[in-house]
Amino acid sequence: MKPTDTSNPEYFHKVVDCQYACPAHTPVPEYIRLIAAGRYSDAYMINWESNVFPGILGRTCDRPCEPACRRGRVEDKPVAICRLKRVCADMKDDVKARMPEIPKKKNGFKLAIIGAGPASLTVCRDLMPLGYEIDLFEATPKAGGFMRQQIPSFRLPAEVIDEEVGYILDMGVNTHFNTRVESMKELLAGEYDAVFVGTGAPTGRQLKLPGWELDGGENIQVGVEWLAQVAFGHTTETPKDVIVIGGGNTAMDCCRTALRLGAKNVKVLLRTPISAMVASPWEIEDTRAEGIPIVEQHSPLEYIVENGKLKAMRFEVIDYSIDENGREVFTPVGREETIDCELVLLAIGQANAFPWIERDIGIEFNEIGLAKVDDETHQSTNPNVFFGGDAAFGPKNIITAVAQGHQAAISIDLFLRGENVSERPDPSTNLVTQKMGIHDWSYASMVTEEKRHLVPHVDLEEAIHSHTVEVELGFDAKTALEEAERCLNCDVETVFTADKCIECDACIDICPVDCLTFAENGEEADMRRNLTVPALNLGQDIFVSNDLKTGRVMVKDEDVCLHCGLCAERCPTAAWDMQKFLYIAPKPQTALREKAE
Amino acid sequence: MSYKIPAFRHPNLPRNELGHTTKDYEGAVSTLCAGCGHDSISAAIIEACFQKNVPPHRVAKLSGIGCSSKTPTYFLGHSHGFNSVHGRMPSVATGANMANRELLYIGVSGDGDTASIGMGQFVHAVRRNVNMVYICENNGVYGLTKGQDSATTDLGSISKKGEPNALEPIDLCSIALQLGATFVANSFSGDKTQLVPIIKAAMAHRGFAFINVISPCVTFNNTPGSTKAYDYIRQHMASTNTVDYVPPADEITAEFPEGTDELVTMHDGSVINLHKLEKKHDIHSRSSAISLIQEYRAEDKVVTGILFIDEETQDIHETMNTTDRPLRDLGTKELCPGGAELDAINDLHR
Repeated sequence: MKPTDTSNPEYFHKVVDCQYACPAHTPVPEYIRLIAAGRYSDAYMINWESNVFPGILGRTCDRPCEPACRRGRVEDKPVAICRLKRVCADMKDDVKARMPEIPKKKNGFKLAIIGAGPASLTVCRDLMPLGYEIDLFEATPKAGGFMRQQIPSFRLPAEVIDEEVGYILDMGVNTHFNTRVESMKELLAGEYDAVFVGTGAPTGRQLKLPGWELDGGENIQVGVEWLAQVAFGHTTETPKDVIVIGGGNTAMDCCRTALRLGAKNVKVLLRTPISAMVASPWEIEDTRAEGIPIVEQHSPLEYIVENGKLKAMRFEVIDYSIDENGREVFTPVGREETIDCELVLLAIGQANAFPWIERDIGIEFNEIGLAKVDDETHQSTNPNVFFGGDAAFGPKNIITAVAQGHQAAISIDLFLRGENVSERPDPSTNLVTQKMGIHDWSYASMVTEEKRHLVPHVDLEEAIHSHTVEVELGFDAKTALEEAERCLNCDVETVFTADKCIECDACIDICPVDCLTFAENGEEADMRRNLTVPALNLGQDIFVSNDLKTGRVMVKDEDVCLHCGLCAERCPTAAWDMQKFLYIAPKPQTALREKAE
Repeated sequence: MSYKIPAFRHPNLPRNELGHTTKDYEGAVSTLCAGCGHDSISAAIIEACFQKNVPPHRVAKLSGIGCSSKTPTYFLGHSHGFNSVHGRMPSVATGANMANRELLYIGVSGDGDTASIGMGQFVHAVRRNVNMVYICENNGVYGLTKGQDSATTDLGSISKKGEPNALEPIDLCSIALQLGATFVANSFSGDKTQLVPIIKAAMAHRGFAFINVISPCVTFNNTPGSTKAYDYIRQHMASTNTVDYVPPADEITAEFPEGTDELVTMHDGSVINLHKLEKKHDIHSRSSAISLIQEYRAEDKVVTGILFIDEETQDIHETMNTTDRPLRDLGTKELCPGGAELDAINDLHR
C-alpha cells in the first residue's frame, strides 16, 4: 500500500465520523467540547455557522451523525449528539451581537428567493453578509417552510423557529409573505440577477381508492396539508376516530397531533411490518409511548362513505416479503378488516410540483417532474436559476436542505462574480498539537464508561392534552456535561511521523483497542487480515506510514480508535502526537464584492 | 497523564479456550518511562499466558526491586504476586514453589537485581532447578537510580552519561548454563514474534527456565554508543533458531527438510518446534551453547533464541522427594502422623 496522505483534508475528516456523515459537516466534537466547558454560546455559534438552525435541528434533525458515531462501534449507543445541540441552543446567552454584520452598501446584485424554508433561508444567511440584496417570496404568512408547517409544535415550539428564522430575516431580507410566485418567466424578466428555488416538496400524495369521490377530500386529508392547517391555527379539533395511513415521520406527527386535538381512537396503519417502517426509531418510540397502536401489514382497499359521511375504511391483510431482487412483495392472506373512522390522514409521501415554472425558459425537467439540477453546483439548465432543498432532488430532511443551501449560495456567488461554478472552494482546515506537557493533553483524553443519557419527557397526561406543549424537556447542564464527556474527541487525530519512530512497541502494547500493528507492507486486503485484530470494517480506512528503519510500516485501523492519546503518551520520541483537526466546510467568499459596472 | 486504560476493548478481540481475552491478563497502566522495553516484555507475558490458556489465578509472579521488578503490577492483574526485597526474589520463589508446586511461577528481575545484589540468590535457584520461569529484563543500566552502568554493561558501551564502560560484563546466559540451568534462552524485547513462543516454551518446561531479554532503557541507555540500544540490537541480533510452540493436544502434521527443524517434546506433552538457523548448534549440548555465545560475541553479534534445553531433567521436588500436594492441603493426619510413626523413625537410628 502507498503511505497514507494525511495532508489530504478528507483523510482526517473521514476519521471524524459524525462530522463526515453530516451533510453540512458541522464540527461536532468541537462544539461538544465547548458544551462540556459550559461555553454554550460559543458552541451555538459553531453550529450556527455550519447548520444555521441549531435549536430547530437539536429537536428535529434526522441525525445522520449518530449512527456514524464511533462510540456506537465501541459500545452500544452513540453520543446523543442531536440533543446536545439543543443544549447549546437552550442555554446560550443572547447571541444577537455575534451575528455577522450586514454591509450598508450593497454589492449591486439582487436575488429572488422563492419559498422560505431551510434551504432558502440558508442562502439568505450566506449571501446577506456579502452585500447581496434579497427578495424572499413565501406563499404562507410566515417563514420556516417545512419546519413550521409540517413539524408539530409539541416537537418544535414556534418560538424556536421564530428566533432562528428571525436571525436571518433581521439581516434585512425583503420578505414578501402571502405571495405565491405564479410565473418564473416574469421573475426572470425582472430585475433579478439570479433566482433560487427552495419551494420544498409541498404536495402530499393522494390515495384515490373507491369511495374517495363520495367524500371529496372533506374527511380524507393529505397529512402534510392537515399539519400546516394545524400549525396556522385553522384546524383546532378532530373527530373521535382517526386513521393515519403511512409509516414515515409525517405519519407519526399526524397521529400524535390528532391525539392532542381530541381524537379518542387514533390508529396508524401501514402496508409493511413495523420493522420496515421508514420513520426514525425515536419517533416510533415516542408514538408508542403515547399509546397509539401501529397496525402493520394492512393494505387499504376502500373508503366507506354513507350519506356523504366517512364511516370507515376497509383493509386487506397482507403478507410482506422481499424477493431476490430486493423488491417488496405484498401477498394478500385472504382476510379483510373494516376499521371505523371519521377522519383519514394520508402520509404516504410527498411530491414536487412546479406548475409556475414555464417550460420554455431554458429550465429543463426530468422524467419525474423535477428540474435538471447539477448535484454539486445546484445550477439548473438556465444558468441564472438555482435549486436547493426538497425542490432540487425530492424530499430529504432539514440538514440536507441546509447543506444544499450552502452549496447553492457558493454557486450563486461564483456565478455572479463571473467565475466557474464547478471550481468549488476548498474547506479550511487546521491541525494543532494538543500537547501541554510530558503526559498532558489539552482535551479530556480519558474515556468515560458513562452510558447514553435519555432525554426527560413531560408527563404523558399533560403532553397529550395540548399540541403546543413540548414533549421533550432537553438535558439539564449536569446531564449535558455527562453526555458530552462520552464524546471520544475523534477530531483529535493520531498523527504519526515515521522518521521519529524507534519501533519500541510502546504504542502497540498500550493501545487498549489493539488498532496498531508494525507490519510488512503489502496489498490492502492482506494487510487488513493480518493486523493485530483484523480490520474487517471496510468502511473505515487503515493508515499506512512511510517505511520505518526495519523496512516495516506502522499500520493503524481507524475503526475503533478511542482517541485516548495513550499511544502518544507512551511514545518516547513523539512519533505519535495528538493533534486537533478542525475542518470547516467551504463557504462563499467573505469579502465584499461589488457588481462590475 | 492517564493513570487508567480505557475500559473498552476491540469488539472482535479473540478469546482463548478459557473464554478470556488478553484484557483478562492485563494489569495496571505502566508507570515506567515511555518506550521502555520492559513494557513490551509485560505485553509478551500477557500474550503468552493468553495463548497458552493459563488460568490467571494459577499464576504467581515474583520480583525484587528495580524498574524490571515493578512490572508485575502491569500484567496479570488477577494473579498472585510477591514483590520482595532487592535481589531476593529467587529465595521467595523457591520457598513458594516448595510450599505449592501447583502454581506457575514467573519471576521477573533485572540486571541489577540478578547480576549484582541478587547474584548469590540467582545462582542457587539455578542449581536447585526450581520449577519456574525466570525472566531477566536486561537493559545494562541502573535506570531507577538514574543511569549508572550495571554489571551486564558491555565493555566500551556508552550510555547517556557519555563515558565508555571500563569493566567486563557478566553474561547471564553463560553463567546459567555453567550452573546447570535446564532451559536457557536469549531474546529481545522488540521482537515479540520470537519472545512470545520462547515464554510459552519456558512455561511448559519443568525446571528452571531462564530467559535473558535485552530490553533497551529509552531514558538512559538508548544512545548511539550503547550496545543495548534498539538500533544496536536490531543491527547485531542474530537468531540461532525461531520457535513454534505446539500445545499438547495439537498434532504436528508438517514435514521438514532434514537438519532444519528439531522437535522437542516437553514434559507436559507440548512440542517445541525449533527452526534451526544455525545448523551446527546442538540445542541439547551445554558446551555447544556456551561456545555459540562466545563465537557470536567475538563477531560483535548478539545470539538470540532458545540456546539450551534439557527436557528430561527433574525439578527440585523430585530431587528432594517432597510431597505432591501443596502444604496448605496437608491435614493434621499427614503433618502429625502420631507416636507409632515417630517410633518407627526413631528405630531407624538405633
